[in-house]
Amino acid sequence: MAQETVHPFSKYLRSAMIPHIWCAGCGNGIVLNCFVQALDDLQEDLDKVVVVSGIGCIGRTAGYVNADSFHTTHGRPIAFATGVKLANPELEVVIISGDGDLFAIGGNHFIHAARRNIGIKVICANNFNYGMTGGQQGPTTPLEALTTTTPYGNIEHPFNLVHLAAASGATYVARWTTLHLRRLTQSIERMLEKEGFCFIEVISPCPEIYGRYNKMRSGLEMMEWFKRASVVDNFYDPSKAEITPEKIVVGEFVNIEKASYEKLLHEKIAQINEEKVEW
Amino acid sequence: MTKKSTLLTGAHFLNGDVACAEGAIAAGCRFFAGYPITPATEIAEHLSERMPEFGGIYIQMEDEIASIAAVIGASYTGLKAMTATSGPGFSLMQENIGLGAMTETPCVIVDIMRGGPSTGQPTLPGQQDVMQAKWGSHGDYGIIALTPSSVQEMFDLTIEAFNLSETYRVPTLLMGDEIVAHMWEKVVIPPASQLRIVNRKKPLVPPEKYGPFIPDDDLVPPMACFGEGYRFHATGLTHDEHGYPRTQSSKDQSELVTRLCGKISKNADEIIKVEELMLGDADIVVVAYGIVARSALSAVRKAREAGIKAGLLRLITLWPFPEKYVAKAAKQAKALVVAEMNCGQMVREVERAAKETPVVFLSKLGEEPHTPREILEVIRGNV
Repeated sequence: MAQETVHPFSKYLRSAMIPHIWCAGCGNGIVLNCFVQALDDLQEDLDKVVVVSGIGCIGRTAGYVNADSFHTTHGRPIAFATGVKLANPELEVVIISGDGDLFAIGGNHFIHAARRNIGIKVICANNFNYGMTGGQQGPTTPLEALTTTTPYGNIEHPFNLVHLAAASGATYVARWTTLHLRRLTQSIERMLEKEGFCFIEVISPCPEIYGRYNKMRSGLEMMEWFKRASVVDNFYDPSKAEITPEKIVVGEFVNIEKASYEKLLHEKIAQINEEKVEW
Repeated sequence: MTKKSTLLTGAHFLNGDVACAEGAIAAGCRFFAGYPITPATEIAEHLSERMPEFGGIYIQMEDEIASIAAVIGASYTGLKAMTATSGPGFSLMQENIGLGAMTETPCVIVDIMRGGPSTGQPTLPGQQDVMQAKWGSHGDYGIIALTPSSVQEMFDLTIEAFNLSETYRVPTLLMGDEIVAHMWEKVVIPPASQLRIVNRKKPLVPPEKYGPFIPDDDLVPPMACFGEGYRFHATGLTHDEHGYPRTQSSKDQSELVTRLCGKISKNADEIIKVEELMLGDADIVVVAYGIVARSALSAVRKAREAGIKAGLLRLITLWPFPEKYVAKAAKQAKALVVAEMNCGQMVREVERAAKETPVVFLSKLGEEPHTPREILEVIRGNV
């Protein structure tokens, strides 16, 4: 008799929410897959994991993971997660969201959470555009790229996200593409074990909405670009790691130790209350 | 228990912002996120000192949008949480107040009203945000808003705001004004044992049977928190009882939004508080709230001394609107007088509830609320 086969990651996913909403060739599933693989490798207690997303295609990820999860308003997952992490520092709080959500409408929250060094872990799927609303220009859209709102070519300079994260004070900063499955998974694992604010940028294909206007009509063509252009160079200077059509530097750019906000906060609270006993 | 981490039980001379902060502590609030803004800053300043003494969290966020988002996150993680602001910050918070309503998040938002619109008059009082309190975020939702008239009420109603928000799983607004926030008065803080403190309903079912939005008969769902093993999902999207998005379903939209409004409107009699003074035989009823109610009371007393049958209906709950009380007062009165520090906001609700009884509106903008004399003249003119 045929046995019912169960995917080894089933327990990490909410079956009621599947199938997912993502297009064929989209990289978001790879990001989710690597995240779940990392949870499995580390044998994380799912009762202590909180996944937070903002608005956008990748924003649906929170709902797909079988942990406590919250799908916030556009741009606010980091601010929301700050409340979660401080209210219960024992929780592993992970944000999985997009470049528009985290760096345009939510950019202010990103730099301040990094500056405070709040121990939340941010994975950004960077697909160079606003996919869910139909492919508009965003804060990471390359110069001269065609989008539905830059029909004559983009004239805005894009953010170099890893440089922004490093300069804002993140303790761990890495970039991978969805081609780098194994390295991305290992990187997520390292991030989950670190203290403080951590950031991983995942360059992710969006053939249906972005690629089609930019001579990469299929997921495969976008992945071929990643393969051709990406260069692994750990501890490369993030300020020089700008993404160009010719070169995408990937790797771990920052990995430092720094006391997290929640650690300093609770030390301060303990200190105040000790003094109080004497007082 | 150490000396500092106790309530300030006893009689004190405090300003309204500090009384509000102490009310939050007494209510069990253990998370405050805010951003400096006149005239609410002293709430944050006081809580930055007091929260750590109770093992609670104080954090200054990068803006008001972040403040309310962090408050919702902390509430979902099990802490009673609050933020405090004034008009400009209240405007910035509106989208996430809607998120709080949609995800049924118990939390308290204090808006110390100053003169608007825009930056307006930061150090002067106003009552110009009272309609925004009800309608500020897009979409339909129920909300609760209270309005204190004294420093004592800044303490008492902050506790009441937490109790209501925990009872109904709804963001609850404390709509103070610059005068009640900055004036100093005697405040009596009872011992903790004499305070009525309400905590949210917890689920009585195991995680596999739990749905975060399955309501009880009172239309309010019990609330699990992150980290308790329930592994639930919440979203600002229209959702079903399990919190799963239902963005294409008319039925789910209709059921959810109707319940979000209904859990407040159907429990309105339990929620609403007013103060009825000298209404028994009143021909002229002044309807007022916040700092203006104190001038109004003085005017009503002076009118009584002059032989005019005047009374005061002081609104303590602004939302849900106490329309039954207004309708009752209007039935016997010859006229209602509404005095408020705006260009005519709650007066619209009063007119709606008063039906045929004439309603006279008295506006005041700027530095001071209406003087008793100004209100008295209108009472005299409408006998």
